[in-house]
Amino acid sequence: MTRYSAFAIAREALRNHQGWQRAWARATPKARYDAVIIGAGGHGLATAYYLGRNHGITNVAVIEKGWLGGGNTGRNTTIIRSNYLQDPSAALYEKARSLYETLSQELNYNVMFSPRGLLMLAQTHHEVRGYLRTVHANMLQGVQTEWIGPDRVKDLVPIINIDGPRYPVLGALYQARGGTARHDAVAWGYARACSAMGMDIIQQCEVTGVRAEHGKVTGVETTKGFIATPKLGIVVAGHSGQVAGMAGFRLPVEAVALQALVSEPIKPCMDVVVMANTVHGYMSQSDKGEMVIGGGTDGFNNFTQRGSFHHIEETLRALIETFPMISRLKMLRQWGGIVDMTGDRSPIISKTPLGNCFINCGWGTGGFKAIPGSGWAMAELMAKGEPGPLAADFGMERFREGRFIDESVAAGVAH
Amino acid sequence: MLLLTCPYCGIAAEETELAPGGEAHLKRFGPGSSDDDFEAYMFARKNPKGVHFERWRHAYGCGKWFMAARCTATLEVFGTYPAQVPGPPPEIIARIKARRPGWSPG
Repeated sequence: MTRYSAFAIAREALRNHQGWQRAWARATPKARYDAVIIGAGGHGLATAYYLGRNHGITNVAVIEKGWLGGGNTGRNTTIIRSNYLQDPSAALYEKARSLYETLSQELNYNVMFSPRGLLMLAQTHHEVRGYLRTVHANMLQGVQTEWIGPDRVKDLVPIINIDGPRYPVLGALYQARGGTARHDAVAWGYARACSAMGMDIIQQCEVTGVRAEHGKVTGVETTKGFIATPKLGIVVAGHSGQVAGMAGFRLPVEAVALQALVSEPIKPCMDVVVMANTVHGYMSQSDKGEMVIGGGTDGFNNFTQRGSFHHIEETLRALIETFPMISRLKMLRQWGGIVDMTGDRSPIISKTPLGNCFINCGWGTGGFKAIPGSGWAMAELMAKGEPGPLAADFGMERFREGRFIDESVAAGVAH
Repeated sequence: MLLLTCPYCGIAAEETELAPGGEAHLKRFGPGSSDDDFEAYMFARKNPKGVHFERWRHAYGCGKWFMAARCTATLEVFGTYPAQVPGPPPEIIARIKARRPGWSPG
């Protein structure tokens, strides 16, 4: 596979861009692989990539019922941060964030990681105390965050309304190396790197069943025939429960719709990511100039990839209060994704009741930021059969044992 | 917007008038039950892509809890019924079967 470089651009410019190759090879399934991963979103592709890179397992297929990165990887608001309260979360998300720093160089694919800084506004005294606690926890965890006052918030975000009538900004939790990345490029970059290692990425191939013998997985039935494998990774986000059902076990997850929307593009006005959890809205500006806005989840089970309209209204109401200048912006697009929520709002990277079948799910409303770390931890689990230090606390047995990683309490809202 | 008819006050309530309450007809397990039963009661949910029985509360109306049968894949509502029943009533089951041949409660 030809490397992307300034030289390659110059060379192709001279020959009318006739020499660009496919970013990843079109594959038809072989009869057998050393490992099969269901789901070619960011997490599935990252798992495949680190299986090859860290563990030398390259006879791998990633199968996808739709198109590559067409699920939540292509539907999120691209925010990257690691300012979590609980130690296991901070370790996993900080691993992911640190991998994002050099991901473009490593994959030879520009994922446009932009560590532009991220603010979580404190708008109640309870939130001030909560975020101070998180800053202190982050210091002990080695995650660089700081507490900043309202003046500094106003410096960083001139368009913000500090003295809102309901919830004035009392300060913020600031992660200077948080930011955004180009979400599709993360999936495409991993796919290209996997393909370069000889892995097969098989799109439009839906899994219809999981075959097992003597309590161990032997392969998967798909719409393109049976594929034998001694190791199976399920990384399918919203449909985790359905695929787990095929493998014969139940998951502590429920699927709900989460929405996002973007405005018409405007001139640069905000170069940080702002999250306002009390009024519940978050916003950043894309490189194209659109304001990228994250909304809330519906309270009921939903597989339709579209959310309730009144949640858009709630989100925009909150953001107009926080950023009065956006009140006349037109919204261009709105969409939804199906997120799998666990009881403690933390993910599952785990062995399952079926031997050699592993699952990575439950990322809920905050999976994009974790993609490299999640893939790293899941690859280690699949390669060794036992979780490494990053995944150890995220086993699904924690619900039985009461060892929750309770970020829902820590964050108060979607995270 | 989701519309559910409250079986108590008979009003067709909009989603904003209602509070969702999760899966209906859970069998409750408390102190003294096995770890398996307690975990399943607390966290395991059917989470079907299709017919789902749910608890809802007419929060900004009469305040009563009731049940709804709904499809999570199409958002179709099959009907609502009072909460004081151990399972979905026969007429709701019949209505679902008419709309979803091949579906069986279980």
